[in-house]
Amino acid sequence: MIALLARDLRLAVRAGGGFGLGLAFFLIVTVMVPFGVGPETALLARIAPGVLWIGALLACLLSLDRIFALDREDGSLDLLATAPLPMEGIVTVKALAHWITTGLPLVIAAPLLGVLLSLPAPGYLWLFASLVAGTPALSVIGTFGAALTVGLKRGGLLMSLLVLPLYVPTLIFGAEAARRGAEGLAVQTPLLMLGGISAGALALLPFASAAVLRINLR
Amino acid sequence: MTDLTVSRGGVPVLEGVSFDLAPGEALVLRGPNGSGKTTLLRTVAGLQPAQSGRIDGAADRIAYAAHSDGLKAMMTVTENLTFWANVFGRHDIASALRDFDLDRLDDRLAGALSAGQKRRLGLARLMVTGRPVWVLDEPTVSLDAASVALFARAVRGHLAGGGSAIIATHIDLCIPEAALLDVTPFRAAPRAAAHDEAFL
Repeated sequence: MIALLARDLRLAVRAGGGFGLGLAFFLIVTVMVPFGVGPETALLARIAPGVLWIGALLACLLSLDRIFALDREDGSLDLLATAPLPMEGIVTVKALAHWITTGLPLVIAAPLLGVLLSLPAPGYLWLFASLVAGTPALSVIGTFGAALTVGLKRGGLLMSLLVLPLYVPTLIFGAEAARRGAEGLAVQTPLLMLGGISAGALALLPFASAAVLRINLR
Repeated sequence: MTDLTVSRGGVPVLEGVSFDLAPGEALVLRGPNGSGKTTLLRTVAGLQPAQSGRIDGAADRIAYAAHSDGLKAMMTVTENLTFWANVFGRHDIASALRDFDLDRLDDRLAGALSAGQKRRLGLARLMVTGRPVWVLDEPTVSLDAASVALFARAVRGHLAGGGSAIIATHIDLCIPEAALLDVTPFRAAPRAAAHDEAFL
C-alpha cells in the first residue's frame, strides 16, 4: 500500500506526471474571473467564495481520468488486481494520492488566490477550512467516476458528466461555509455537513469503486 | 482445474477444460489466435470469473504476466522492480535482475528500454513476486533467441525450485518438463447469447 502511494506520488512529480496541472488551471480560472465580471471590488468580494470553490472543483476534475487510465494502459492495473492488495485498499490509496497531488495544493493556493478576488479578511480561514473538509470528498467521488469509466476510450468527458452532479452537495456546502465565513456569519452547520459528506464518501465509495473496477477488468 | 467454461463478453469461448498442475510441472497452452488462451489465463489468474467449473488452490499463489508489462516509463528499472517486490511484500531484486541480464540497465528509465528489454523486465517481475504459480500469456513476444533461452532457464529454475507455470505461446520454448495442452478441442460452439450481457 505504502509502496503504491509512494509510486503514485513519485510518478506525479516526474515529467508528464501532471503535478501542478490542476493548480495552474485553478490559477488561470481565478485570474480570468475579474476580466469577465469587471474589477468592481464589492462584486468580486461577494462572488469570491463561490468562484474559488468552482475553480477548485474544476481543477480537481481535470486530473481525475489519469487515476486509473494510465495504469490500465500499461497493464499495471491487471497486475495490481492479482497482487496481494485488496482492491478497496488500492482505490483508497489512489484517491489519497490524487488528493495529495491535486487537492492539497489547491487548499494551500486558494487563500492566496483569494487576494485576487478581494475576498474579505475573515473569509480566508474559513475558505481554507472548507476546502480542507471538502476536497477529500472530491477526490474520493472522482476516483469512483474514474473507476466507472476506466475501460472506455476517451472516457474523460463521460466521466465529467457522471462526476459533476455528484459534486453538487460538496459544492453547495463548501461554498456556503466559505461565504458565511467571509460575511462573518456562523459557519458551523455547513462545515459539519461538508465534513460529513467527506467522511461518508470515504467510508462507502471505496467499496463501490472496487466493485466497478473488478467488473471493468473482466 | 475441473471442467472449466470460460467466456469473453458473455460468450463462452472454451468449454470443459480440465487439468492438474503439481509443483515442478509446467503446462504449455497451444491454439490458434482467438482460440481463448488469454481468456483462460485471465480466468485462472482470477481477473474474471469462470462461467462454470472449478479452479482449486489458485488465487493468492499466482503471478500473472500478460501482453503489457505494467512498467512505468518514468521510473528506472530498479524502481519498477522494487515497487513490484514491495507490493508482494519482498525486497530482493538483485537475483531477478541478474537472471534476466538487466543488471547493467538498472538505473535506465523503463521508457528508454527497447521492446525486448522491457519484456525481460516484465518477466523479471515474476521472480520478485515470490509466487509459486506463474501464469504467462505469450511471454516471448519481442524477445530474441538469447533472451528466450534466458527465459527458458528462468522457468526451469522456477520449476526445479518447486514452482509451476502455465504458459500460452506459439514457439517452442525448449522446456522438456512442460506438458502440452492444445485448447482447440475445447472451443465452444458459437451460439447466441441469451443472457444479459451487461453484467457478464
